[in-house]
Amino acid sequence: MIIDPVTLIVALITVSTPVLLAAIGELVVEKAGVLNLGVEGMMIMGAVCGFVTAHHTGSPLMAFVAGMGGAAALAMLFAVLTQLLMANQVASGLALTLFGLGLAALIGVGYGGLPVPPVSRPFPEALRDIPVAGPILFSHSTLTYVALILVAAVWYVLTRTRIGLILRAVGENHDAAHALGYKVVRIRILAILFGGACAGLGGAFLSVVRVQNWFEGMTAGAGWIALALVVFASWKPWRVLLGAWLFGGIAALQLRLQAVEVGVPVALLDASPYLVTILVLVIISSDRSRAALNAPAALGRVFHASS
Amino acid sequence: MIRLEKRPQPSRGWVIGGPVLAVVLTMAAGGLMFAALGKDPVEAIRIIFWDPLFSQQFASYSRPQLLVKAGPLILIAIGLSLGFRAGIWNIGAEGQYIVGAICGAAFGLAFWPSESPLIFPGMVLAGLLGGFLWAMIPALLRVYARTNEILVSLLLVYVAEAMLASAATGWLRNPEGSGFPGSRTLSRHPGTDNPELIAGTGMHWGVLAAFVAVIAAYVVMNRHVLGYQIRLAGEAPRAARFGGVNAGRLVILCMGVSGALAGAAGLFEVSGPAGRISIDFNVGYGFTAIIVAFLGRLNPVGILLAGLLLALTFIGGELAQLMMGIPAPAIQAFQGMLLFFLLALDLLANYRIRLKGRAPA
Repeated sequence: MIIDPVTLIVALITVSTPVLLAAIGELVVEKAGVLNLGVEGMMIMGAVCGFVTAHHTGSPLMAFVAGMGGAAALAMLFAVLTQLLMANQVASGLALTLFGLGLAALIGVGYGGLPVPPVSRPFPEALRDIPVAGPILFSHSTLTYVALILVAAVWYVLTRTRIGLILRAVGENHDAAHALGYKVVRIRILAILFGGACAGLGGAFLSVVRVQNWFEGMTAGAGWIALALVVFASWKPWRVLLGAWLFGGIAALQLRLQAVEVGVPVALLDASPYLVTILVLVIISSDRSRAALNAPAALGRVFHASS
Repeated sequence: MIRLEKRPQPSRGWVIGGPVLAVVLTMAAGGLMFAALGKDPVEAIRIIFWDPLFSQQFASYSRPQLLVKAGPLILIAIGLSLGFRAGIWNIGAEGQYIVGAICGAAFGLAFWPSESPLIFPGMVLAGLLGGFLWAMIPALLRVYARTNEILVSLLLVYVAEAMLASAATGWLRNPEGSGFPGSRTLSRHPGTDNPELIAGTGMHWGVLAAFVAVIAAYVVMNRHVLGYQIRLAGEAPRAARFGGVNAGRLVILCMGVSGALAGAAGLFEVSGPAGRISIDFNVGYGFTAIIVAFLGRLNPVGILLAGLLLALTFIGGELAQLMMGIPAPAIQAFQGMLLFFLLALDLLANYRIRLKGRAPA
């Protein structure tokens, strides 16, 4: 056996965490009826803000807060554009990605290769040393567990609470929600900020925990994959987790295969996470009964209160 | 408290005034950004927007560069604008640009070292075809599997980049290049080169193609039933369906044209200014073209002007990097800012701002 399944699963969980965080945030945004295509830009802002902060303060916690803050600030731009100035959401999201990539590269000039502090792992060494279960269950950084808790929390809030019901109402029919007295614009702005913070946290995880380095364009499409995962998951939190693991599995596996130099061309391995993402998107969306039905009805539509 | 009132028709004045004001606001905000970087904002703006065209020291080099950089931007943006008008979002032009370049270059290299005058036209066709086929993937998936074309076209950019890396380091590598990545130099070989047509202007076949595309798009959008269908599908999809517009055909057409044009732009680049296939010959024209398309209001003439302006920011940005040490990414952020202001100012074209309390007239 050239590839050890235990290390593969550990790698899978680490690789999937950034996309999982970004995707669960975007899911909430889309449930509120807003399509934010700026995930890639927000993620990379989170990555650079997190990395710079981690380097200067030596505190991973501060780094995560900074990553969330930087990305949420960028998300605020999107919120102002689409909610207050009623700009086209597709175009604004693309603008956010283009601007975020540029701004992040600008902030990160000179930071590539600088050291960052190690992150804490919540479980003691004794637990981590248990064969098989130890590495898989107990060896991760705190944020990995936080991401899983976040999925559960989003599921609970969306399906079991009043706040979730209001959020979904806004996303299904903003005119009806408005007529009932809910502040459509305010709720959507909050959702967008939450989505931004999640994407930023994912980006910070990428630079501070997983890669422990900064370079331009380091998110390499993770934000777009997160967007695809939301569609793949039919807007259901648990399926986002499943999708993230599937993506993480492919990404981790192809890295291992590159390392052991099997006879598959490197280009194909490099492209495989994107190809698999496209493939699952096609499978999901070609199933008429499942795909379109679950999409929030007001997704991407501009809300303008007429009175 | 202010209130927004939807205009029955977009304001004509703001449709043109918006982009102009956006450029002015971007200069102001960009100036603040340069000041935050510790650079003199006025000098930076002058170096970016004035010196490439009018400074005695740089203009002789920079002016031809204007067309060299505007050519691919305009060519790609013209294609994108057709789809954007119809609500078809091809945002993977960068990938189609790369694949077109690879296919065109591969055609030229297949006949190496022939110097036949038929090689270059063949390369252009191969480039068009490569970009077209790459765009057909998201187009056909959208029509036959209802898959979101935004995500698929974008994800395919990363696949194209992987292909480019393998081409540059493997199957298209120069066999006489002592193992270094990169293909043979197409631009210095008669038969495969895309030369400067008029010395000192930067005009090459790609720039000419861009001008032709502008005129063709203008005619199609304003005089042909297809332009009418595209506009109808974008503004009133339901009406378009009842009016007999075949939505699937429109997707394939718009995506195909934009892919083919992006592919041709890629071929013109590798056989001309870039000179050869290398791992990083693509500098993001496919993404900047999205800004060009919006800045030009998805209008062919507007795109021509917007392409020249964005080309200027590329050239001026390089100059500012050289003269003032302004980091290269600052220009990318600057271009992104432009799109933000533009989208924000769309509000003025589509809505009337009124003070609350006063009855609408």
